[in-house]
Amino acid sequence: MNGVHDMGGMQGYGPVMPEANEPLFHGEWEKRALALTLAMGAAGQWNIDLSRAVRESLPPAVYLGSSYYAIWLRALEQLMRERALVTADELASGVMATPPAPVARVLQAADVDAALARGSSTTRPPPAKAGFALGMRVRARNMHPAGHTRLPQYVRGHVGTIARVHGAHVFADAHASRPLPPFLEQPEWLYTVVFAAQELWGPEADPTLQVSVDAWEPYLERTA
Amino acid sequence: MDLRVRALETLLTRKGYVDPGALDRIIETYETKIGPHNGAAVVARSWVDAVFRDWLMQDATAAIASMGYGGRQGEHMVAVANTHDEHNMIVCTLCSCYPWPVLGLPPVWYKSAPYRSKAVLDPRGVLADFGVQLPASTAIRVWDSTAELRYLVIPMMPAAASGLTEQQLAALVTRDAMIGTGLALEPAAVAATS
Repeated sequence: MNGVHDMGGMQGYGPVMPEANEPLFHGEWEKRALALTLAMGAAGQWNIDLSRAVRESLPPAVYLGSSYYAIWLRALEQLMRERALVTADELASGVMATPPAPVARVLQAADVDAALARGSSTTRPPPAKAGFALGMRVRARNMHPAGHTRLPQYVRGHVGTIARVHGAHVFADAHASRPLPPFLEQPEWLYTVVFAAQELWGPEADPTLQVSVDAWEPYLERTA
Repeated sequence: MDLRVRALETLLTRKGYVDPGALDRIIETYETKIGPHNGAAVVARSWVDAVFRDWLMQDATAAIASMGYGGRQGEHMVAVANTHDEHNMIVCTLCSCYPWPVLGLPPVWYKSAPYRSKAVLDPRGVLADFGVQLPASTAIRVWDSTAELRYLVIPMMPAAASGLTEQQLAALVTRDAMIGTGLALEPAAVAATS
């Protein structure tokens, strides 16, 4: 989706401003929002790509006007509401009014260390031979899917070079395409594609600058 | 917000979806165990151990795991090393992807619109926002983390740091240096503040 989350190359947001002494959390609620997001993710009723898809589908003004933990919290509430894990009334009142829905698992305190240490690998056996090889010139497709995608607008239509080949990974666009398990993984070859800034931004761009994205094979096409 | 999130936590606990002890443990982990000191230890080792450095550049996930760091949001690591000729910078223009096991949770500015918009178009401007100026001849290489690969910048070791212990070197490695919005500290700067 061409949303406001796709910020690469936008202008007018002002300088980057690191905070003085940078607290890790700004209030107790940020800690709990982080932990609730991770714990509910472990329940298995959605995946990380569905989470991202919901966050970036928030109304543009809400997205731009919210802190990042506030975005996470809104998305968490929506994911739970859509799956009938909670109702809107329950979210408003904080009082349980409907019986719990079944979830795949509940993350227990004793399992947290192992779950965080394990993470969630996205590598999978390759579906076929890689379509592209190191050093090959490729064009990022000019595509505008309505659903979730991880191909930023600023590279679409531009020609770059395959700089790294990473094997096959769960394809984010497919992974976000089904709201409930079993999710579609559709592993695809993943590449780092590097672009000259002058290709992306024109002849006045910094001649020393190169920018790369990590792109699954369906994002790319051969070029002459 | 505090009230709203507390009510949400109570609701989800009553529903049996979350264990409050698990929430405490998650928070404790990111407050005390996982942070940029992990990444600094990796960088310091790469400065003193050429075999480790080669491994890190070839297979960052395995090299970093050998020091006990890995897992969530660092499942697939790539290390990129700065030189006099090239400076690396990491961004996630689409959201907030960040190498948690080595750097901890991202700072607010990393997730903010100014950084996400500007890093790929004007990284020298971003560096200026951080008070860093590189020679015009130093090429800039920006890595936009658009998939599940997570990047760690290996800053250059200050020349004045040679001879320091691995632990002393780690104190020179700032989080910003490992994102690419800063440089490693000079030993004199660290000595002055400690």
